[in-house]
Amino acid sequence: MSDTTETAMPNIQLNLVGLSKNDYRGAQTTLCAGCGHNSISNQIIAAAYELNIVPEDVIKLSGIGCSSKSPAYFLNRSFGFNSLHGRMPSVATGAMFGDHTLKALAVSGDGDTTNIGMGQFKHIMRRNAPMVYIVENNGVYGLTKGQFSATAEMGLRLKYQGINHYFPVDVVQEAMASGATFVARSFAGDANQVKALIKAGLSHNGLAIIDIISPCVTFNNNDDSRHSYGWGREHQEPLHDFTYVPREQEIQLGEFPEGTTRQVEMHDGSTIVLKKLDRDYDPTSRAAAMRVIEESQDEEVLLTGLIYVDTERPSLTDIYELPQGRALNRMTDTELRPGKDMIEKANAMMF
Amino acid sequence: MTTPQVKEAKTSQGKAVVNDFSMTVATMNGSGSQTSNVTLLRALFKMGIPVSGKNLFPSNIQGLPTWYTIRVSKDGYLARRETHEVVVAMNPDTFVADLASVAPGGAFFYGDHLKFEINRDDISVHSFPAKLLAKESGAPANLRDYVANMAYVGVLAHMLDIDMDKIREALEYHFDGKEKPIALNMGVIDAAFAWSTANLKKTDPYRVEPMDKTSGFIMADGNTAGALGAIFGGVQFVAWYPITPASSFAEAISQNISAFRDKEGQDGKTYAIVQAEDELAAIGMTVGAGWSGLRSVTSTSGPGISLMTEFAGLAYYAEIPVVVWDVQRVGPSTGLPTRTSQGDILSTHFLGHGDTQQILMIPGSAQECFEFGWRSFDISERMQTPVFVMSDLDLGMNQWMTKPFEYPDQPMDRGKILWEKDLEALKEPWMRYKDVDGDGVPYRTAPGNRAPQSAWFARGTGHDESAKYSERADHWEANMDRLVRKYQTASQYVPAPVLQTRAGAKIGVIAYGSADPAILEAGDYLAADGLATDYLRLRAVPFTDEVRDFIAAHDKTYVVEMNRDGQMHKLLLLEYPEMAAKLSSLVKYDGLPLSALWVKESLQAEEQK
Ligand SMILES: Cc1ncc(C[n+]2csc(CCOP(=O)(O)OP(=O)(O)O)c2C)c(N)n1
Ligand code: SF4
Ligand SMILES: [Mg+2]
Repeated sequence: MSDTTETAMPNIQLNLVGLSKNDYRGAQTTLCAGCGHNSISNQIIAAAYELNIVPEDVIKLSGIGCSSKSPAYFLNRSFGFNSLHGRMPSVATGAMFGDHTLKALAVSGDGDTTNIGMGQFKHIMRRNAPMVYIVENNGVYGLTKGQFSATAEMGLRLKYQGINHYFPVDVVQEAMASGATFVARSFAGDANQVKALIKAGLSHNGLAIIDIISPCVTFNNNDDSRHSYGWGREHQEPLHDFTYVPREQEIQLGEFPEGTTRQVEMHDGSTIVLKKLDRDYDPTSRAAAMRVIEESQDEEVLLTGLIYVDTERPSLTDIYELPQGRALNRMTDTELRPGKDMIEKANAMMF
Repeated sequence: MTTPQVKEAKTSQGKAVVNDFSMTVATMNGSGSQTSNVTLLRALFKMGIPVSGKNLFPSNIQGLPTWYTIRVSKDGYLARRETHEVVVAMNPDTFVADLASVAPGGAFFYGDHLKFEINRDDISVHSFPAKLLAKESGAPANLRDYVANMAYVGVLAHMLDIDMDKIREALEYHFDGKEKPIALNMGVIDAAFAWSTANLKKTDPYRVEPMDKTSGFIMADGNTAGALGAIFGGVQFVAWYPITPASSFAEAISQNISAFRDKEGQDGKTYAIVQAEDELAAIGMTVGAGWSGLRSVTSTSGPGISLMTEFAGLAYYAEIPVVVWDVQRVGPSTGLPTRTSQGDILSTHFLGHGDTQQILMIPGSAQECFEFGWRSFDISERMQTPVFVMSDLDLGMNQWMTKPFEYPDQPMDRGKILWEKDLEALKEPWMRYKDVDGDGVPYRTAPGNRAPQSAWFARGTGHDESAKYSERADHWEANMDRLVRKYQTASQYVPAPVLQTRAGAKIGVIAYGSADPAILEAGDYLAADGLATDYLRLRAVPFTDEVRDFIAAHDKTYVVEMNRDGQMHKLLLLEYPEMAAKLSSLVKYDGLPLSALWVKESLQAEEQK
């Protein structure tokens, strides 16, 4: 096994940690051909490969749904937990403490997150757990065959379900309300933006919510549906032109005129360069974020990009004063069990 | 000063009854009486007299009636008694009933602010000026109501001969040596003692005398004991959601872990504690932490256990170690949230969906709560499965006289976990769910293991031996059969029952948990009445061979427990159907701790049928 590098085919590209893209793949997908979730899996693979992340340094988590199945289809060499419907955030929260030097990447669906899992979704944001939380948002329950989810727009008509009469939940608005420190939206049809946002999310020290409109080609892909490819292509409106610049790479602003870009320095030394499009948008302003979300609802556009980021707030694992660079799950018995003399102290505490 | 009301009892002038009675104090919840009550309890304990204290409190923060019963027993019996010889009434709402509750020949004390007719002449009755004593002790006006309850401590100290030095010792402990509150409370007690000496005449026979029967014991509640045990077990992760009577378990970990685990020069904490948003999240977090290789625990009561069902099933099937403390109360739902019960046995043993058999550990004393605090982690990690420690309100929240906590007699057992070097040393490729040793327990790895091929995908879906998705019928069945083998293996690791035998006994009693003191005491009474019984105290499910042998060896075995449906009896019937005719169920489910009298009388009634 170990001598494969010598015989490696010259046309296999290795990244800085000596791995090929294949090392980042998972099992063959069993999702429908054309499902938005598959293209997101591909961008997760590409992002991890390009960021030179060692797969063993990642834990992947999910709830239940077509979307939540997808962790089986990327990062085979990472530990994974396909947990319960709507309960991924709690599992992730506990899992993060095992080895806080690992990166956590979670995939959920709109039903998993905003229906059954709304409570846990909100609370993991309050706690700012350091994790990328991708919501693969298709407006329906794919796995149970096409029922409305809480993100389905009012008036949506589906063949077997009739009309949705309820007001929709907006994932990014909920994220803002709950104090998420990285809030982004994207569209599975925009592979480059998806990849760049995942990279930025992986560089964030806190909870990164990425709401990705990810069409369900089987149950909700009519052009007039807000979660379809057709509608997304027609109505996507990026907030800015988004570039992720890794730490190793120099930022080249030469081509952009002064005053047309903003930079956000991320926790790991990488930088996000935002190039102004129609408006000058400041993603560190909560008020601005709330406003553009409201506006995008009124104007019926698919607003994408980095809506909000706060790089200052300590993450969940920062708060707990864990040892620097040393995992809790590597602690020795002597570190964990008080010494024999301490039993006296325990008894003396009693009356 | 007001003139005391003294009513001479007509019947009780006889021999003194020393160190053998119960006293009950009736107060209002939230009135500060807890300090007075535990002070009395502790002072008696320090006098060397075996005592037990039980708080019968309402589900309320302030205003509803609450009773605290202290039993002093020269014979060392710690169960609740059904008679009260000494009663103190401080609550107008229950005065009439409290007066009626005094055993004939007993003594009744009440604060003179309560104006009620005294309609009994078969007991001694004394009133005392609680509020005035608080005032005259010099307590500041804003604290007077709070310390007025100390007056009955002083009066009882005088009337029952409780050692005032021991009372001071108890207060010093309670207030952590802080002189100001100690002086404030002691002031009222001293004033009341002096007042009682000058004004009250002893006419009842009940009093205490120093003995030497508590040395080698401590006083502890099961929740604190369990929490300390968990700390000695190397707990690394706690997630919990508040619920009576379990909250004080997690709170005791938070309050004490630093003192035991934070060492000088350490570069960070060795643990993390999260108050979750609900029990679903609490168990989810602990399951996540258990999967990632941490010793993780959550604590709850019946309602929380129900919410944890889906995760319990997942953890059973995905084989993830996690410890859950169930401090049982009377259910369903809110039920009687401040009353004790053993009502979660069946639901917890089968907690999950599909085929599930969960391991239960059942502590019977505060000392055992400490032991199971650490041992539960060893068993859970060894078996790679949830372990439920079934405590209850009585054991968890009341103060118990118990043997001191013992340092774990075994090194930590982290079970079959493989790190990089272990994987390298393997001759065959590692597979997450392969039964290599034939005991049903596979080998696991944890996140952070950097060896290639160390990763596995935890899931509730069908899987093969390498944890890969599989819907194959043979894979499913093989896996479920292995889980049965694993459960059988667990019976070699769980604590064996505790046996008490009497010569010639043909009748057996099986009980568990906080029923223990009542069973021990009842056994003595039955023997005195000519019925010898043997007693097996269960400490775990799965049952061990001793349980089968015990039932087989007796003509008849009574399973005594505190739930309506005879839940442990039913589990025993399932396990030993061939001995069903030998098993009988005796149940009590009124929310009160068992009394020996009830055990004795109901068993005798059954025997006479
Ligand atoms: C407790 C529970 N209830 C219901 C289900 C059934 N169920 C499985 S997936 C799903 C909905 C998934 O929808 P979503 O999260 O949007 O994922 P998608 O399939 O659309 O990607 C439901 C209701 C379940 N697995 N568990
Ligand atoms: S049903 Fe929809 S969500 Fe599920 S795999 Fe197919 S396209 Fe994707
Ligand atoms: Mg969906």
